[in-house]
Amino acid sequence: MAEYIIKNGFVFDPTQGIKGDKADIAVKDGKIVKSTEVSSKAKTIDASGKTVMAGAVEIHAHIAGPKVNEGRNYRPEDKLFTYRPKSASSRMAGGFSIPTTFKTGYEYARMGYTTAMEAAMPPLYARHVHEEIKDTPIIDEGAYPVFGNNWFVLEYLKNKEIENTCAYISWLLEASKGYAVKVVNPGGTEAWGWGLNCLTIDDPVPYFDITPREIVTGLIEANEALGLPHSVHIHQNSLGNPGNYTVTLDTLKLAEGFKAKNKFGREQVLHSTHLQFHSYGGDSWANFESKSKEVMDYVNKQKNITVDTGCVTLDETTTMTADGPFEHHLTELNHLKWANVDVELETAAGIVPYIYSPDIKVCEIQWAIGLELALMAKDPMRCFITTDHPNAGPFTRYPRIIKWLMSAEARKKQIESFKHSAKMVEATHIAGIDRELSLYEIAQMTRAGPAKSLGLSHQYGGLAPGMDADIVVYDFNPEKPHKPEDIEKAFSAAAYVMKTGVPVVINGEIVSNGNKRTLWVKAKVNENPQVMRDIRDKFLRYYSVTQANYDVSSHFVPNPHVIEVDATH
Amino acid sequence: MSKSVTDVICPFCGTLCDDLEVIVSDDGKKIEDIYNACAIGAEKFMHAQAPERVKRPRMQQPDGSYKEVSYDEAVEYTARMLFNAKKPLMYGWSSTSCEAQSVGHEIAEKVGAIVDNTATVCHGTTLIAVQDVGIPSCTLGEIKNRADRIIFWGCNPCHAHPRHQSRYSVFPRGFFTNKGHMNRKVIVVDPRVTDTAKLADYHYQVEQGRDYELLSAFRVALRNEPLPETVAGIPREKIIEGAEVMKSGRFGIIFFGMGVTQSLSKNHNIDNAIMLTKDLNEFTKFSIMAMRGHYNVTGSGQVLGWQFGYPFSVDLSRGFARYNPGETSSNDLLRRGEVDAVFVLGSDPGAHFPISSVKKIAELPSVCVDPHITPTSEISKLHVPVAFVGVEVGGNCYRMDNVPIEARKVVDPPEGVLTDVEFLTRVNARLDQLMGGK
Ligand code: SF4
Ligand SMILES: [Zn+2]
Repeated sequence: MAEYIIKNGFVFDPTQGIKGDKADIAVKDGKIVKSTEVSSKAKTIDASGKTVMAGAVEIHAHIAGPKVNEGRNYRPEDKLFTYRPKSASSRMAGGFSIPTTFKTGYEYARMGYTTAMEAAMPPLYARHVHEEIKDTPIIDEGAYPVFGNNWFVLEYLKNKEIENTCAYISWLLEASKGYAVKVVNPGGTEAWGWGLNCLTIDDPVPYFDITPREIVTGLIEANEALGLPHSVHIHQNSLGNPGNYTVTLDTLKLAEGFKAKNKFGREQVLHSTHLQFHSYGGDSWANFESKSKEVMDYVNKQKNITVDTGCVTLDETTTMTADGPFEHHLTELNHLKWANVDVELETAAGIVPYIYSPDIKVCEIQWAIGLELALMAKDPMRCFITTDHPNAGPFTRYPRIIKWLMSAEARKKQIESFKHSAKMVEATHIAGIDRELSLYEIAQMTRAGPAKSLGLSHQYGGLAPGMDADIVVYDFNPEKPHKPEDIEKAFSAAAYVMKTGVPVVINGEIVSNGNKRTLWVKAKVNENPQVMRDIRDKFLRYYSVTQANYDVSSHFVPNPHVIEVDATH
Repeated sequence: MSKSVTDVICPFCGTLCDDLEVIVSDDGKKIEDIYNACAIGAEKFMHAQAPERVKRPRMQQPDGSYKEVSYDEAVEYTARMLFNAKKPLMYGWSSTSCEAQSVGHEIAEKVGAIVDNTATVCHGTTLIAVQDVGIPSCTLGEIKNRADRIIFWGCNPCHAHPRHQSRYSVFPRGFFTNKGHMNRKVIVVDPRVTDTAKLADYHYQVEQGRDYELLSAFRVALRNEPLPETVAGIPREKIIEGAEVMKSGRFGIIFFGMGVTQSLSKNHNIDNAIMLTKDLNEFTKFSIMAMRGHYNVTGSGQVLGWQFGYPFSVDLSRGFARYNPGETSSNDLLRRGEVDAVFVLGSDPGAHFPISSVKKIAELPSVCVDPHITPTSEISKLHVPVAFVGVEVGGNCYRMDNVPIEARKVVDPPEGVLTDVEFLTRVNARLDQLMGGK
């Protein structure tokens, strides 16, 4: 394999504490090595005057699978004016808030993202998720199967059977080729099977006689008993409702007393996703306000939690979530077209288009809350930038969010352009925050932090020898004066991107489809005949497919990267 | 000694049953028996064994007779036809695997073709309605486990989806429906007294083409607004009673078919049916689902969706994907004489398209890839027989509720017969050569 040396760039690498020093990064056989380990034949990439970081890691986006594709198919309008014809090294690619799989891979790569996690995989549809992942070029991907409304989980946890829950998680991760334990609106989505919901963590789930509180704590316990690379990844109850921050704090507190147990260097036991949607005060849309401070005060002092922001980008987008009742609520608010799928024994999903207008007060406040969370974060290794793509906006807006976070001037300009800026300022903290994130902090929030939270810090998110050669060069000179727009421009189209040692982007253009991998977790547990019997029984009686036709075969995961865990005892 | 293959998927209708058992001869070449399939499903498997089956490509001669040609020649003809055409139509894709669709799309992108599937004459109107108003739906297992109100509107599963009612919708006992049929009320809306209608608790014999009015009337009744004495031939009291039945259930579902998608008002019928479903969610839980016909027409829409963003009638001829049914749909293109070559795989437009379109296909350079001799193969310049997907080769398929199921191979294809994927891959490679430098 080829050797490379990326010379003279300003390097930002939190894993080694490098904060913009000039350094060379050497690559051999797809890995980063010491500069002395490459021969004189190594190809030189001149990065002088430019910023060098590891490839970024997306911890939460909806980019592959049934609801994403329903979004594409039911929104032809999303493709308008977006298409790029094919080139020698790329397929034709289009779509804005729900791009085609090809465009998804290309756009992430162009921004310097080399790994992405699909945030909600309905296990029964896992094969579909993997078909799309297979057709998404360049980036490594994994997918989180949803567990928070799964009948096996509800029944085992009702009886406090942690060991059985572990055995089932292990079985389902392997059957669905999944990466982590995702929880969406615990209990509430099962209640949605009857048109109901669970809006606090103590609302009982109809029939199953269990509460969201018990589901979340049970799953944390099981996750740590298994020692999975990622923690439980939760989308909490009461998403999107005024006043929901108390439910958020209640849920976050469930992590108290738990300690991370794993061999991957992960320290959190709970990842709370798209926190923006869960940090709302007020009791109606009229007195809706930011509670980012209350939420981040708690997150800042609670070391066993990581979060991502879910920043609103002020675009027309397509919301989609396994939180079925929320999407029904949303369509009643905005009267835009509603799609829903309830999935037997497992979950549900809903989709509604949404326009985050800079002329609507609530949207302006949502915009502020997302940024406030990141700006109030004391430890950037525990707070990650996301848009909950495409829910708060498309991932292609990351460069713009980075601009807002790095420049108080850019935020001020945006605030002044809002229609209700005075009212918005009153309901939020954003105008009083002058913090500007550094490139180092951005590298923590988009690289080292998410990689560590996912239990992948040994291979992603940094530039230390031995790590995967996922490297990005941005045409941005941190030592020269710049305008806010220069930040957005540089992060939108990287000067150079390498994925596991293969150049994939040069001057913002795709030059190769790389050698993408699918990550999944194989967790070995003791033999558990009872759980195997329960699985057989549920397939015979309640599923509409046979057990033999449920497993995702290796044919759908042609280039797997399996993370193994031994939880036998 | 024969052996049994279990959990076999039936590659016939959108019900996509996955519990078939096929008894295969010891050498893995012959199917001896099939269990669990309905009559039409079983017939599909047996057809693979037909002695008159064509096993090599055939080229139509000027006198109308056929001459056997090699697969190499077939690949060459197909690649050149697509290469030379300005705007070829690549139609079908509903009776093949997603893997084959994917290779087909790569070819279409290269040559600037229109890709269209059988939705264009079937549930395309549904897909358009979903683009207008969305769709609240669920998986078939949800029906089995929860549903107590079942509505069949303009469809006749007894004939078109024979195991639908026993597996998912009417008879099965599920988690919250342990009395099976006893837990459920069944409503059929159909102008004809079909076998499905005969089984129903309520049959609404709507006047032909008046579905839109009846759907509206149910929506009016739900709101307790005044109704005329009869709507679409149905007395007011029956409409009010029907609305009561729907909203008094715990979980309801409307299944609909070609009776509403292709009758007067087309997509507007489905718009209204979806809005009725949405209205019902104000009272209880309700879903709606299209009874998709071909076993993998749903998959074609899915693969087109993630690769290009549209579920059917996708025009790639300008170098980027366009979608505008009425303009980019197969029959409109054929009728207007806008395509100059036709490639068909996984469908039989010769049997299902209007005669004016079929005549056009017969006039154009054309290739039909199909295991059978069909009306389409008979009018195509080249017929390429292939292995049966789901019998002689596996591949992914999507059920009518979009649940993906991987079809199995149960016997070997006849010696030397290529699969869809193999044939398409060779055409694709040949196109790369022809286009080299272009
Ligand atoms: S109902 Fe359809 S899928 Fe099932 S066996 Fe019959 S033809 Fe095959
Ligand atoms: Zn999400």
